[in-house]
Amino acid sequence: MIEIRVHGRGGQGSVTLAELLAEAAYYSGQQAQAFPNFGVERRGAPVTAYTRIDNKFIRLRSQVYNPDYVIVQDVTLLTDPKILGDLKKGSVVLINSSKPLDNLKVPQGVRVKAINASGLALEVIGKPIINTIFLGAFAGLSGLIKLSAIEKAIKERFEGDIAKKNILAAKRGFEIINQN
Amino acid sequence: MKKILEGSRAIAETVRNIGIDVISAYPITPQTHIVEDLAKLKADGEADYEYIRTESEFAAMSVLIGAAATGARTYTATSSQGLLLMTEVLFNAAGMRLPIVMTDANRAISGPINIWNDQQDAVTMRDAGWIMLYGEDNQETCDLHILAYKIAEKCLIPVVVNLDGFVLTHTVEQVDIAEAKLIKKYLPAFKATEKLDVKNPLTFGAFVTPGQYMEIRQELHDDLRASKKVMAREMLDFKKIFGRKLSLVEYYGAKDADTVVVAMGSVLGTIKEAVDELNKVGKKVGVVKISSLRPFPAEELLKLIGSKKQILVIDKSVSLGEEGILSGEIRRSFYGQSKAKIVGAIMGLGGRDITKEMIKQTIVTAKKTNEQTIFVGK
Repeated sequence: MIEIRVHGRGGQGSVTLAELLAEAAYYSGQQAQAFPNFGVERRGAPVTAYTRIDNKFIRLRSQVYNPDYVIVQDVTLLTDPKILGDLKKGSVVLINSSKPLDNLKVPQGVRVKAINASGLALEVIGKPIINTIFLGAFAGLSGLIKLSAIEKAIKERFEGDIAKKNILAAKRGFEIINQN
Repeated sequence: MKKILEGSRAIAETVRNIGIDVISAYPITPQTHIVEDLAKLKADGEADYEYIRTESEFAAMSVLIGAAATGARTYTATSSQGLLLMTEVLFNAAGMRLPIVMTDANRAISGPINIWNDQQDAVTMRDAGWIMLYGEDNQETCDLHILAYKIAEKCLIPVVVNLDGFVLTHTVEQVDIAEAKLIKKYLPAFKATEKLDVKNPLTFGAFVTPGQYMEIRQELHDDLRASKKVMAREMLDFKKIFGRKLSLVEYYGAKDADTVVVAMGSVLGTIKEAVDELNKVGKKVGVVKISSLRPFPAEELLKLIGSKKQILVIDKSVSLGEEGILSGEIRRSFYGQSKAKIVGAIMGLGGRDITKEMIKQTIVTAKKTNEQTIFVGK
């Protein structure tokens, strides 16, 4: 089972990202589960959401504590030491940052990937909507999700131009993650 | 059709496919998505029920009483404080023998105010005369809704289907949504034998003197007990048509277990994962799912686990000052008929997370403790 934890701020679409990850994994032939860390949601407040992906139906209902992947949509959230504190050997951290994060303190054996999601989103979507960049980046990095499945998941949720731009954003994320 | 979708959406689509005449509701977290989805289905022309948004839960259930009395098939959903606000009306719905079906997205009760999941809300209506069902995952919860209408309309007893608020309502996972055509095969249109009709006037919920009240209450008691047999039969029929199993009690884990964990709702999934891991290292542990709190499957449970050494009951609700609701039910059911040591663990109140490790640790603690009830928060 692969466990993913998404950290963001209210308004960044963290819950949507967790759900899109689950839906796209499902359309790639896997079983998946997504749920938010039910907080009192408001714009700007820290938000956490979870996704689990497995080859059989997922029964486990607890929150995710030692994730295989962590997605951090806002780098300023890292002032909270808990976010990267429970990572295990082999975990991957994907962080929205325009600068490399070589000096970031993480447990041994954890890989950090900085991705300029905000910049890419402004380029592709014209707005700082970054969650679909990460959706594509996760797909490119993990190999668990097909691009065609991402397209299906996005089209189910959004229409017209918004769907098109988000699919493009996911493709950009998919390409860029394996280039750096 | 198999889909991946939010639990609330899955329930809304199932309820729509069941074919409801009247929905009346008032939004409250974490149930809101269900009634929002039902309202949207109606607004988009994808459903033909009457949808009445009331000014309170008290009114929502009152509207359903009126609608059900005319022979309509009715539905509402609520949570927590909303359920408490409709309590007076809930007793009337059962007393008037109206086959209303309601979803309760289980949530903690104030105070202190808390919007997260536990199962304290529903146990407040335990003695209201309703049938009370609990779903483990979103598939089972949807299936229980279909079953609920069958039982309600056969027994003329209202049914509440419980699912853990947020933990299931807000979780996106696979559900096979039963199609309307298939549901019709299982659940024919509701034909009330007695209903409000201007051509044949009747009174519902009339004033009753000491000369009749007791017999009417006993009749509801007897019928509620008898509903267990109807339910067992209907669960078998359900399997034939939908291919999925429903049961009053279900055992999972080592056949020769000396320790058995008992619970209701979504925590069962986490317990099953813990049991698998314990069985793998040779620990003789099993788990029992209870799907119905009323009627209570006392005989079935006794037959299933009465001979075990140790029973750990996990409750997300508590009769304050005494013990967990489920552990109390099991203790009285087993009195004089089982030598099992029964320990109740109160867990997950107000949204406190329950992990596999906590379950494993609590199994160990329960063996050692002399307490009847323990609170486990980490």
